[in-house]
Amino acid sequence: MVATLVDRWPEWLPELLDGLWTSIQLTAAFLAVGLPLGLALGVVLSSTRRPVRALAVLVVEAGRAVPVLVLLYLVYFGLPEADIRLGAFVSATAALGFSFAAYTSEVFRAGIAAVGKGQREAARALGLTNPQELRLVVLPQAIRIVIPPILGWAVIFFQATSLAFAIAVPELLSRAYTLGASSFRYLSVFLLAALLYASVSIPASLAIDYLDRRRGPLT
Amino acid sequence: MSEVPEYVVRLLDGVRFTLILTVGGFAIGAVLALPLAAARRSSSRVLRLAAIGYVETLRGVPPIAWLFLLYFGLAQVDIRLSSLTAGVIGLALIAAAYLAEIYRAGLRAVPHGQLEAARAVGLGSVRIYRHVIGPQAIVTVVPPAAAFLIGLLKDSALASLIGVPEVTGLALRLTQQEFDGLAIFTAAGIIYLALSVPLATFARWLGTRLSARLAFG
Repeated sequence: MVATLVDRWPEWLPELLDGLWTSIQLTAAFLAVGLPLGLALGVVLSSTRRPVRALAVLVVEAGRAVPVLVLLYLVYFGLPEADIRLGAFVSATAALGFSFAAYTSEVFRAGIAAVGKGQREAARALGLTNPQELRLVVLPQAIRIVIPPILGWAVIFFQATSLAFAIAVPELLSRAYTLGASSFRYLSVFLLAALLYASVSIPASLAIDYLDRRRGPLT
Repeated sequence: MSEVPEYVVRLLDGVRFTLILTVGGFAIGAVLALPLAAARRSSSRVLRLAAIGYVETLRGVPPIAWLFLLYFGLAQVDIRLSSLTAGVIGLALIAAAYLAEIYRAGLRAVPHGQLEAARAVGLGSVRIYRHVIGPQAIVTVVPPAAAFLIGLLKDSALASLIGVPEVTGLALRLTQQEFDGLAIFTAAGIIYLALSVPLATFARWLGTRLSARLAFG
């Protein structure tokens, strides 16, 4: 029983590792889009200017209320209606990046709020302008605070790269599906794929926990 | 007022499957999470490690991979589940892992003195949980559990990939029938938004009722 489950793993492994590499590349790509966007949204959410903040709230709530899969389809199948045609990898990057930004903006906002009030007052007393205060005083401290939760979201969204299967990006799950369809050994191949996902995300989560605990209190 | 477009009517047809997946997965998961949370607090190391292993494994692998394992994978060993059954079971197994962690946090929030006091007045384990720890823990549990329910609503979209004709699956099908994809997926997004509001309200209502019953029932 166990033998028939694992006997073709060595044969499949290179193909699935190729897929895992694509998943990791997709993760790097959506982080490159999503991190700056999430930070920007977090800064706007912290703003005292009402209309700007309301707009950011709308974007964030829309991004969080809709399944990532629907966003992905919207970009890949919907945008061509508006004559915007993106390839599968770019579509996945856009949808995952936007969704990641929507979820993490709240974390960035909380991080900014956690920076002591005295720090801002001191910055103002020194005569720093608003952008200087943000860039030189608030953000360096806020970013240090939010690193562990942001990394946690990155691990969750690394798993969400499997959604790109639905628009045929050749990432890990797509490759597993193709191998399963050609061998009719879905159970064995998906078990191996699950193992590969877990072998990235579980150590990553543990490392983040460790980092978080070792760092100790910040203030 | 113009007529409601045809694609909206056809999308609404999928709402019942979206709700079956979400509510069914959540309800079963909420029950499965009880022994898991208990195992996490158990004095037996083996039970504790088994519970941690379950939770970490379920959370370490993407939800779609679980649905594929149940739907396509089990067929390899001649266990054939319908796509809806596989969807509900998959979401339930995932929900159990997350809810067990939420329960654990809720139980931890109850001061230890409460347990000692309950023991001191001679209550048994079951009655301690039902009358002392439970009512206090549930207050901490309801808000994150409600948030998780909304998360599960969105995860139910994954069941479209194993062929459940819920909202997202229908939206994709309609796009392939050459309806306007931009309009359809926007409508689908609005449906999820519209569903999340009553679901969250329901979860909060259930939470207050449950804590009231546990406290005074």
